[in-house]
Amino acid sequence: MRNIWTIAKREYLHYFSTPIAYVVAFLLLLTVGILFVLNIVYYANNAMFGGGAPSPNLVTGPFAFLLLLSVPALTMRLISDENRMGTLELLLTAPVTDWELVVGKWLGAFLFLLTILALTLIYPLLLNIMVKPGIDFMLALSAYLGVILVAAALLGLGTGISALFSNPIASFFMTLAVFVVLWWLIGAPASVLSTGTELFSYLDMSNHFYDSFNQGVIKLTDLVYYLSLTLLGLFIGATAIEVRRWQ
Amino acid sequence: MIRVQGLTKDYGSRRAIDGLTFDVEQGEIIGFLGPNGAGKTTTMRILTAYMPPTEGQAIVAGYDVVEDSLEVRRRVGYLPETVPLYPDMTVFDYLKFMADLRHLPNAEERVDEVVEMVGLGERINSYIGTLSKGMRQRVGLAQALLHRPQVLILDEPTIGLDPAQVVEVRNLIREIGKERTVMLSTHILSEAQQLCDRVLIINKGKIVAKDTPANLQLRLSGGERMLVRVRGEAEEAAQVLHKVKGVQAIQAFPDGRIEFNFPPGQDVRAEVARALVQNGYDLLELRPLQMSLEEIFLELTRSEEQA
Repeated sequence: MRNIWTIAKREYLHYFSTPIAYVVAFLLLLTVGILFVLNIVYYANNAMFGGGAPSPNLVTGPFAFLLLLSVPALTMRLISDENRMGTLELLLTAPVTDWELVVGKWLGAFLFLLTILALTLIYPLLLNIMVKPGIDFMLALSAYLGVILVAAALLGLGTGISALFSNPIASFFMTLAVFVVLWWLIGAPASVLSTGTELFSYLDMSNHFYDSFNQGVIKLTDLVYYLSLTLLGLFIGATAIEVRRWQ
Repeated sequence: MIRVQGLTKDYGSRRAIDGLTFDVEQGEIIGFLGPNGAGKTTTMRILTAYMPPTEGQAIVAGYDVVEDSLEVRRRVGYLPETVPLYPDMTVFDYLKFMADLRHLPNAEERVDEVVEMVGLGERINSYIGTLSKGMRQRVGLAQALLHRPQVLILDEPTIGLDPAQVVEVRNLIREIGKERTVMLSTHILSEAQQLCDRVLIINKGKIVAKDTPANLQLRLSGGERMLVRVRGEAEEAAQVLHKVKGVQAIQAFPDGRIEFNFPPGQDVRAEVARALVQNGYDLLELRPLQMSLEEIFLELTRSEEQA
């Protein structure tokens, strides 16, 4: 546990010294901010004609989507860079297990994303002041929990994929490709096929967020889905390192 | 302290090391010599539990490198060939990170200590990326020393250092080697000669010699070799030496040099001198020849290729 924390801490602090992390934070916060303002204007205009009130998921919805682009940027060098620079030799000859290493790396990235996500909390709070009688806090809680789980799963996969490469760019595009498949493509057969639709829509990563957490519904299946993806990613990472040792 | 039995490692179809067997005792400094690609780094990587061997067994500090790899890693300090550093960390942060991974008590004090030991005190807050190669090498060494390891494995520790730093690092290694076991690989044979209690020469994954530097010199020269220099024709003078008992393998050179072997422990210098002078030759020089470790090394690795 202690090793995981040591590695996570280094990784977390490292983000603050790299431009890529600031670019990611900028992209996430700027986009979410602009969408928030536009939505407020839209709802304000429509309110005169009896339109609905804006809800907190107008922040979490776009945030989750933007993770598809920003997570590969955050995870691409996590382990691949250690491969490239030879520092993996340092970590693999220190008394640290392969699991501790991978989980530590993942945790560092996860904490960094949580930091950015925490900054977006300003929007639901603003919204709470603007709308009467205030926002649905349970919905906000569920939506944020959903984003956190999506982030955990994407970061897990990204960390695992990063261990397969020694080139961060290759790692970035491979991660992005996997996300595109999981977020869009894998659910697509469900709308075409007559059998097996349940399987395909279960595998679809976006369904488990937009159709449940982001609507204020917390279901065990969705929770299990994201946690298993996280574990799968970390497992890939630990296995890749183990394989590298035996080569 | 290090016990290696039949260690073999294959990379795909290429055999990097082939049945290495050797022991290193506590407090011994052992030099690992060999041409590039001989398997030095591979052996060190196995001993530090970075990678498992294909066959064979290695026990380091009492633990098997495969079965108890974490225990081995706790007791070994390792300086890899390409010094593993994070350029965007300061020397202090980097060493503190490694100290934390090793759960050292009073990590910060210990970091200060090793930084002083390797002479990096002034640069402790510099970013590693701004350091010269020699300084980086010393950061790597500091990292290997942090946890006072029982066994220190150094892959080319003095490479890239300036002559003054080389002397410093050698002194440091000698100091450490008094209590701890040190295994170092090097290309520089004089380094091994100065520093090591024993030398292990490997070529193409196999051990071709293991002995003390002094014994190696003795063994390979097949007894002792002597050089005399006379004024005038060496060829003729060589005829005189044939009559001296014990002298063999005589070689005469046009510049008046004559080299010959004589059995170990038998001093023929007086007789040789007398014989030459009595026959009217002016004796200019008479001294024993020592095969340098360089020559031994070339000799061994060459004969291996012919075999």
